[in-house]
Amino acid sequence: MSDYISHDHEHDGIDRRGFLHCMAWAGTGLLWTISGGVLASKTLAEIAKAGDSLPSATDLSFLQISDSHIGFSKEANKDVTATFKIALDRINAMPTPPSFLIHTGDLTQLSKPEEFDTFDEVLKSCRTKDVFYVPGEHDVLNDGGKLYRERYLKRVEGKGSGWYSFNKNGVHFIALVNVLDLQAGGLGQLGDEQLEWLEGDVKGLGADTPIVVFAHIPLWAVYPQWGWGTSDSERALGYLKRFGSVTVLNGHIHQVLQKVEGNVTFHTAMSTAFPQPAPGTAPSPGPMKVPAEKLRSMLGLTSVQYKQGKTALAVVDSNLS
Amino acid sequence: MNTMTPRNKRMALLCAISFLNLSIFALAGEMKDADSASSMQNTVEIKDFAFNPQTLTVKSGEKVTWINRDEEPHTVVSVEKQFKKSSALDTDETFTITAGAPGTYTYFCSVHPKMTGTIVIVKS
Repeated sequence: MSDYISHDHEHDGIDRRGFLHCMAWAGTGLLWTISGGVLASKTLAEIAKAGDSLPSATDLSFLQISDSHIGFSKEANKDVTATFKIALDRINAMPTPPSFLIHTGDLTQLSKPEEFDTFDEVLKSCRTKDVFYVPGEHDVLNDGGKLYRERYLKRVEGKGSGWYSFNKNGVHFIALVNVLDLQAGGLGQLGDEQLEWLEGDVKGLGADTPIVVFAHIPLWAVYPQWGWGTSDSERALGYLKRFGSVTVLNGHIHQVLQKVEGNVTFHTAMSTAFPQPAPGTAPSPGPMKVPAEKLRSMLGLTSVQYKQGKTALAVVDSNLS
Repeated sequence: MNTMTPRNKRMALLCAISFLNLSIFALAGEMKDADSASSMQNTVEIKDFAFNPQTLTVKSGEKVTWINRDEEPHTVVSVEKQFKKSSALDTDETFTITAGAPGTYTYFCSVHPKMTGTIVIVKS
């Protein structure tokens, strides 16, 4: 199986109809077949293989790539540049290119200028030129993110350590930074200044505006023992509570996990570089070594589609097999 | 901590050995380990996203070295900014400070803040 969806079975407070509807749009394999949802039933690789175009009913489609870790060369993947290229080839193979890409951080392994150079050089091969970024902790290692901001926030009005928002086709996108000024013993952190900005940023929006939030470290407590969570994410989600559709896209953990909580869908993407173990299944969350023939099945990207009038966005993962 | 530190593992191993009343050879093996550890004086090993030992006691004026054995970069940063911070240490890279005034110094990895450790400096 070259495409799959995984999700978490916590759906408190949603009735059966809402549940089915929601899960159809979250793209869960079985339910999505039952409901016959055209959009969610076509994964990226299938579209590419079949030579179809994206259904015209789609008002907006974009792609999430994450954790490319350019510069990493250990056993878990000795050529992360090659697998990053494969991910971009998949995007280029789509008959209808996505409107834009988002990269949810860890572009590089060690924040080195030459790693950023390689990343940029490889990215040039992508047909889709519009890319929105958030930093991972690997991108801000020694300079507090100065180099990252100089390179990747040119086309947006970055505030503070680099957060910003923008609108596309009626969807409000919010890019958050939760990898800087981390406190001893703690998790990812947004900080007061960013949270205050967020509160103001969404204040004027109607509750029916679909919201997409993206940040590197998950904005839900995936596994705090490994630092997989953000200490003040609850406050951020509090400001988004009144909205009918909130999609939260994260990277960092190099595997697909999904959770639906009320109107909020949380989703983490695969890496294009190397997998990491499932929460708690290894002594540490370091790079996971898998047999060479299995590696590409554990790397991938995420396609997100929005159709006006639908409450939830369709989030579909494809691996690089 | 959700994982056993090597020190805990060693303790557990020693316990197991004494329980099973195994031969002296196994104990000798452990002592050899201890010997090689003492040759790496005042070294904190970073492995599996943890500082080992978690608390290290040194004398004022001695050097303290951290070595990263993970495939993930880590840093060494004083919580109270009491000593210079390291840059990101890649695999097998080291960072050394000279122990200053006696006291207890807590530090953490600013990349993975769950990782914390302590250096206790005593009078030389």
